[in-house]
Amino acid sequence: MKKGKALSHVFTALVMLFLFAPILVLIVFSFNESKSRALFTGFTFRWYVELFRNETIMSALWGSVSMAVCASTVAAVVGTAAAVGIYKLRGKRVKSLIMNVTYLPILNPEIVTGISMMLLFVYIKNLTGLRLGFGTVLIAHVTFCLPYAILSVLPKLRQMDPSLYEAAQDLGCPPVKAFFKVVLPEIMPGVISGYLMSFTFSLDDFIITYFTSGSGFTSLPLVIYSMVRKKVNPQINALSAIIFVAVLLLLLISNLVQARREKAD
Amino acid sequence: MTEKKSRRRTFDLSRLTAVPYFVWMALFTIVPLALVVWYAFIDYPDTSFTISNFTGVVKYAKTFVKSINLSLISTVICLLIGFPMGFIMSRMSERGQRTMQLLIMLPMWMSFLLRTYAWMTLLENEGLINKFFSLFGIGPFTMINTRGAIVLGMVYNYLPFMILPLYSVMVKIDRSVIEAAQDLGADAFHVFSRVLLPLSVPGIVTGITMVFVPSVSTFIISRMLGGGSNLLIGDLIEQQFLGSVYNPGVGSAMSLLLMVMILLIMGIINHFDSDEMEGMLV
Repeated sequence: MKKGKALSHVFTALVMLFLFAPILVLIVFSFNESKSRALFTGFTFRWYVELFRNETIMSALWGSVSMAVCASTVAAVVGTAAAVGIYKLRGKRVKSLIMNVTYLPILNPEIVTGISMMLLFVYIKNLTGLRLGFGTVLIAHVTFCLPYAILSVLPKLRQMDPSLYEAAQDLGCPPVKAFFKVVLPEIMPGVISGYLMSFTFSLDDFIITYFTSGSGFTSLPLVIYSMVRKKVNPQINALSAIIFVAVLLLLLISNLVQARREKAD
Repeated sequence: MTEKKSRRRTFDLSRLTAVPYFVWMALFTIVPLALVVWYAFIDYPDTSFTISNFTGVVKYAKTFVKSINLSLISTVICLLIGFPMGFIMSRMSERGQRTMQLLIMLPMWMSFLLRTYAWMTLLENEGLINKFFSLFGIGPFTMINTRGAIVLGMVYNYLPFMILPLYSVMVKIDRSVIEAAQDLGADAFHVFSRVLLPLSVPGIVTGITMVFVPSVSTFIISRMLGGGSNLLIGDLIEQQFLGSVYNPGVGSAMSLLLMVMILLIMGIINHFDSDEMEGMLV
C-alpha cells in the first residue's frame, strides 16, 4: 500500500512537471535581457514596458474584453429565457430535437463552426455589402456561448420547486413579475456560472474569431497568433506571464469563495 | 390534474421566452451548416450540382489518414496519462482534490496559442532542450517540425480535458465498492478491469470526445509545431477559405467529410454509453 502511495505521488509530480514546466520556462525568459530563448543573460523588465507601450496589443486586449462582455451578456439573457422555455416544453420529441441542436456547436469541430458562419456572412456581404467585423464576431461568439448559458441554467430550473412559481401566481403575482421575483433568484447561480463560462470562452476564442472577423476586428488571440508566427518576441513571454498570474489569482479567489460557501452550508 | 392547470397558465409565456433562441439557432447554426452542405455540392462560383468537390478531396486522402492517426495516438496517450491521474485525484482528501482541480485548470485557461508557443521555443534546434542535451555532448536533435512534435502539442493542450471528466466520474465511485471487490478476492488487475473501468466509461467517453475532436480538426498545432510539411485536415480546410487558393467548394466538402467522420466516431464511442454528457461541464 505504501509503495502504491509513493508511486502515485511520483506520477502526480511528473504530470504537474509536464503541465507547468513549459509555462514556467516562458515566464522565466520574460525577464531575460537578450532575445535568446535558451540562454539567460541578465534580468530586465524591458519586455513588460514594451508590452504596455504596444498599442496593437493594448487595443486588441480592449477589443477582446468588450467582445467578451457583449457576447456573454447577450448569451446570458437569450440563454436564460431559452432555458425557461425549453424547461416548460412538454413534447419529448421536440425537446430532444432542440437539445441536440443545442449540443451542435459544442460537439462540432470549431473550424467547421467557424467556416460555416463565415460562408453565411460572406453570402450576406455579397448581397447587401455588410462588412465583417465586430458585429459578425459578436453573432458568432453569442452562438457558441448560448449552449453553455442554457446548459448551466437548465439543471437549476429542474432543482427548483415548481410550486414556488405557482404559489406566487396564486397569490396574484403576474407571470413576468413572478419570474423576476421568484424564479430568477433561484436560478441565479446557474446564470452566473453560464455567464462566466461564456466570458472566458469568448475571451479565449481564436479559431471562430479568425474566420468571422474579416479585417474589421482584432482580438488579443488574433494578435498573439500573428506575433508567434513572426520572429522571436519576448513581449509574448511577458504577456504569458501576466495572463498566467491573472488566471492563477482568479482561480484562487473563486476557490476561496467556493470553500467559504461550502463551509457556510 | 394540477399539471394541466399549470400548463395552461404558463403556456403563452413559455412559448415566447424560447422563441428568440430558436430563431437564433436556426439562423446561425442550421443555416450556416446547410450552406456548407450546399457549397459542397455546387460547382462554385456556378450553382450547378456536382460531386467534383468530393473527387477533389480524394488526392488529400493521405492527409486525412495522417490527421486521424496523429489524433488517435494523442487521444490514447492522454487516456493512458489521464486515467491514473484522474483516479489518484479522486482518492485524495477534499483539500487535495480542490488544489489539483485548480492546478489542472490553470494551463487550460491560458490561451492555447501561448501553450503551443511555449513548446515551440523549447523544441527548437537552439532551444532549451537541445541546450540541455549539449551539456552531455549529445544532440542537437531535430524535434520541431516533426510528427512527434504535433502529437506532443496535442497531448499537452488537451490532457486537462481528459483528466477532469475522468476525475469527476471517478470521484463518485464509492470507496467501499473497490474495497468490497478486494475483500471478495479480486487482485489489482481485476479491480481495475471489472470495477474501475466499467464505472468510468462515461468519463472515458467524454474525455475521448474532448481530446479527439479538437485534435483532429486543429490547424494551429500542426502549423506551429509541425512546420509547413506536416499539414493536417484543419490546415487544408483553412487554406481553401483563407489561403491563396480560394475554393469554398472543396473546403466545404472537406468540412462535411470531417463532420460526418467525427459524428460516426462519436456514434461508435457513444454506443458504449448512453449518458454522453456526463462530466462535460466540470
